[in-house]
Amino acid sequence: MKISISVNGGAQEHDVEPRTLLVQYLREDCGLTGTKVGCDTSSCGACTVLFEGESVKSCTMLAAQADGGSVTTIEGLAAADGTLHPVQQAFHDKHGLQCGYCTAGMVMAAVGFLDENPTPSERDVREGLEGNLCRCTGYHNIVEAVLAAAETGAVSGGSK
Amino acid sequence: MAVQGSILGNPVKRKEDAGILNGTTEYFDDLKIDGMLHIAFVRSTVAHANLGAIDTTDAEAMPGVVGVYTADNLEMPDVNGFIMLPPTMNRPPLAKGKVRFVGDIVAAVVANTKAEAVDAAETVIVDYDPLPVLVDMEASIADGAIAIHEGQPNNIAFGAAGMGMGAPVEGLMDEADVVVKGRFVNQRVAGVPMEPNGIIAIPEADGAMTAWIPTQGPHGQRGELAGVIGIDAEKLRVRAAAVGGGFGSKNTFHVEFGITAKAAIVLNRPVKWTETRSENMVSMVQGRGQIQYVELGLKRDGTITALRENVLGEAGAYPSLGAFLPFFTHTMACAVYNVPKLEFNWNAVLTNTTSIAAYRGAGRPEATQAIERILDMAAVELGIDPVDIRRKNLMPKFEAPGAPAGSGLAMYDTGDYAAPLDKALEAADYPALRAEQAKRRANNDVKQLGIGVSVYVEITAPAGLHIEYGKVEINEDGSANAYVGTSAHGQGHDTAFSMIVQELLGIPMDKVTLVQSDTALVPRGSGTAGSRSLQTAGSAVFRASEGVLETAKQIAANLLEANVDDIVLGDGGLQVAGVPSKLIGWGELASKAKASGIEGTADGLMHELDFDGQQSSFPFGSHIAVVEVDTETGKVELLRHIAVDDCGKILNPMLVRGQQHGGIAQGIAQALFEWVQYDEDGNPITANLMDYAIPSAAELPSFETYNTETPTHLNPLGAKGIGESGTIGSTPAVQNAVVDALQPFGVKNLDMPASSQRVWAAIQEARG
Repeated sequence: MKISISVNGGAQEHDVEPRTLLVQYLREDCGLTGTKVGCDTSSCGACTVLFEGESVKSCTMLAAQADGGSVTTIEGLAAADGTLHPVQQAFHDKHGLQCGYCTAGMVMAAVGFLDENPTPSERDVREGLEGNLCRCTGYHNIVEAVLAAAETGAVSGGSK
Repeated sequence: MAVQGSILGNPVKRKEDAGILNGTTEYFDDLKIDGMLHIAFVRSTVAHANLGAIDTTDAEAMPGVVGVYTADNLEMPDVNGFIMLPPTMNRPPLAKGKVRFVGDIVAAVVANTKAEAVDAAETVIVDYDPLPVLVDMEASIADGAIAIHEGQPNNIAFGAAGMGMGAPVEGLMDEADVVVKGRFVNQRVAGVPMEPNGIIAIPEADGAMTAWIPTQGPHGQRGELAGVIGIDAEKLRVRAAAVGGGFGSKNTFHVEFGITAKAAIVLNRPVKWTETRSENMVSMVQGRGQIQYVELGLKRDGTITALRENVLGEAGAYPSLGAFLPFFTHTMACAVYNVPKLEFNWNAVLTNTTSIAAYRGAGRPEATQAIERILDMAAVELGIDPVDIRRKNLMPKFEAPGAPAGSGLAMYDTGDYAAPLDKALEAADYPALRAEQAKRRANNDVKQLGIGVSVYVEITAPAGLHIEYGKVEINEDGSANAYVGTSAHGQGHDTAFSMIVQELLGIPMDKVTLVQSDTALVPRGSGTAGSRSLQTAGSAVFRASEGVLETAKQIAANLLEANVDDIVLGDGGLQVAGVPSKLIGWGELASKAKASGIEGTADGLMHELDFDGQQSSFPFGSHIAVVEVDTETGKVELLRHIAVDDCGKILNPMLVRGQQHGGIAQGIAQALFEWVQYDEDGNPITANLMDYAIPSAAELPSFETYNTETPTHLNPLGAKGIGESGTIGSTPAVQNAVVDALQPFGVKNLDMPASSQRVWAAIQEARG
């Protein structure tokens, strides 16, 4: 079936199998491999993207369900001039990533979370990121990064 | 700009982050290879069976299928899982005659797309004739148990006896006033790197091959894979793209690599295997899995007189490194304590389960857990505070040349075990915690406080892994390349090793390129494992930089017509001391190296060597965990975790913190959450991330992390490993804290993980 999705602000049109997951579509049809696959039970959150400005695990959606909508992936988060989004910058500053495999999903989930909770407590952040697993950092610096990003006051989410 | 002061010891941010944060860093699954086919495996759904007919007729006719393989039409030698093991237990990559665990590979399907391969694999029909299943080590070694491999009586794969050890010690407990006994289960856990396993095997001209593997050690994989697919190692190039975590599990050769690469050769097309998480949870090697029978002899005042441990270590169906890991448990059995006499016996036991190999700590967390748990039991029995009983037995501070481990199997390099304990107690405010605990106990509060203490020493760069290759070369544009035989997968080596080059040569770290993870570019290496990388490869980069500096000084001295002793580092090159105008930049030094005629410049301005640390190093530390146990529901909440880890001299405290945090989280996870389980038929019941409980941010607190710095004399950086320390120190601290909270109920021990159900049941049982 033919679908048309705005991905990172650009129009994407492809003919896909109806069973194609959004994450497969992004990785295989759009060639946007920054979004990762870490499980097959929608548990790990490595594939988190923004759909219509809200964070979603892109393995829980069919590509067809995103038809006509807009998606932001990690590749589309920074400004056009390469300036990092405050959440990306905070992950760097606070050493919130190690192997990097969960990072795209974690950053996108954090962007979506902060859009809804711009002034979170530590507990809020921990519960807000419950759907994203990281095996390297023990979450300590991820939580610090999200709190630091919140403090910048420049963390409006939403697709571009 | 010249580099002012030393960069070493500073929290320098990571070079690795930029590409990860914008999604351009490529992992193996992100690579696009022309004409690539995909492989899917048909895995045994039964744990132990004679293998009957395999009907692949339907699969062969499925759309997009280009090949269907079984042991009958894809010949490969059986794989030896660990060099010390007899060949009787070798694993056929594709099962022959028998299957021995759920996940054993029966057939493989190669198709144009992954979906086509998976669809076709589901149509393969396999006849199984079930055999009795063994999933419990004590059942495996019982008389009359079925042999999982012929020729291995009592299902013992390997053991102390095979190394000429394990004999009883006469009169072991003669000096003891009391002997405290415990049986501890160090449960099986899974590594779960967020990136699952896989390979892309690409046939090249003249029978050569390139294999992309998400591994911790490309050179080790090359040797294993070349043997399985029958080509010369020289013709096989193994590369790792960015690797999404490993934790030991990605150091192992997996038979799927062999099957995929062999199919690629047969089809003469690139073939890719991307493991699903559900596959990963049965296929990728797992960790721990020990039953420990421990006896500690003490004087009434708490002085240790002797220790006896008898350990069963699970090997799985096809023994791998796990069949050897209890030797590390033996090596570290006496830990930081004066133990006058030790008796240690161990056996690695076959079961119808996934193979056990390294997982963060690999044999040492098990040693720490055993001694720290039995010490707490002794403290309760003797009415001594857990801290006091530890202090009474701690080895005194020592410096080079070190002190023998109580097991006699290792020489500790440097140690000051009281220092981190003191620091942890102070950070925790231990007396206040005990006072709060006493108050809650007196009030009979529903939520009881538990305080757990551990002191540990562990072994890094173990088992001969203290030697590593390194090379530094200067390019004609003034930049530098540092080559190492380690292979980072999240640790931040690009940052750390570039800092070393900047420190010694003044070349800014963003002009230093780390070359690693490629057997074509790095001649040899032992990979990243056993917390060895900085102390070995980092030291090699250090020494190689020194070598480059020495050569460059001679070149500069000739060009500047100066005495070599007057040449010093300047702004972007070398200069005559005190005369910044007489400076030659690194680019010019590199371009004039070959023509200089100076020894060692035939290939330009470079230096290479194999750094030899002479022996393993022994980091140590102390952790304190504070838990709250809801005595009505059994729920355990970790309130605080204080960690003081001593990894010698610290090169980048930000990276060290990161390693501490990650290690602590995994150690806590074993104590409270994670457990790979099988039902009695050998079906894995924790084979995906819904059922296997790796903690999220919501289950963990922020950590209180500190360091003491006791340098080692073994390398120029004074560094010991830090990768595994957090895991080793945290698990027993948390477990001890849970049992401590339950002490008023008379609970003496509680095996991990301390789930609500287990804690609740223990309280109910104690209440009668």
